[in-house]
Amino acid sequence: MNPQLTNPRADEIDAILKRLPFAQTLGMRCEVLGDEMTAILPFQEKLIGNVAIRALHGGAIASFLELTAMLQVFLISDMPRPPKPINLTIDYLRQGHAKDLYARAYVLKMGRRMASVRAEAWQENRAEPVTALMAHFLVAAD
Amino acid sequence: MNDKPKQQYDIAAIMNENINVMRDVVPWANETRFRVTKVEKGHVFGIQPWEAHLVGDPETGVIHGGVITTFLDNLCGMACTSAMTEMRFVATIDLRIDYMRPAEKGRDIIGEAECYHLTRTVCFTRAWAYHETRDKLIATAAGTFAINKARLGGGSRK
Repeated sequence: MNPQLTNPRADEIDAILKRLPFAQTLGMRCEVLGDEMTAILPFQEKLIGNVAIRALHGGAIASFLELTAMLQVFLISDMPRPPKPINLTIDYLRQGHAKDLYARAYVLKMGRRMASVRAEAWQENRAEPVTALMAHFLVAAD
Repeated sequence: MNDKPKQQYDIAAIMNENINVMRDVVPWANETRFRVTKVEKGHVFGIQPWEAHLVGDPETGVIHGGVITTFLDNLCGMACTSAMTEMRFVATIDLRIDYMRPAEKGRDIIGEAECYHLTRTVCFTRAWAYHETRDKLIATAAGTFAINKARLGGGSRK
């Protein structure tokens, strides 16, 4: 049995990623287990930002984390559509190597109008995050 | 290593001469298709065109915020290098983005980044994204960058 089927929102996340051109450009996918989601960004040559040291581009990592945070809010809510970002802060902690990148997001507060979300991306070791993101999303339909 | 006195360069002028090369060596910048249009000392301008593969909301056709993050991050980094007197690479320490309003479908986004303070190790920057003027902003950014000590390579760069 596919555990992904235990959360009906999981299928919706898959559908959102499929019809989001930019998510397809990045090449990311998500694995959902209940209310827990891990986003995966398989390495591709086009994600490189510095050819000399073969590091992932900070913008690509930030985009991946923003999408992960957005989808996590969607996953745990009953919103009809993914939320809109208000702002975000990205901390580049370590160099992103030319390898797959993983991310998880935590909704610190789900308010009526706004959600505060933290997300972290890592490669080999989850205790050594490559990049951390803090973001706010608008969740009210206004 | 020899002890020749350090030569001072007009980095902004060198960057202007190599304006297209700068993007070609950054694969992710090629993917998002932005162009750098002008480099002044501590100040860099660019254009992010609307492209179908960058859309982040299929209902409105608006490009994803991540594209603007990439664009402004890159312009800020270039603004740092342009403010120096010696070619150094910088690495983003942190970056904050505020989204004021969505970009319009099909329109170019103008980006502008400024390095307003420089120490021996850190550069402080801010940036703006808009369609027409800075009075009607799509997004703003504030970023700090670490200046890499060692010069990369030293040999010929492809």
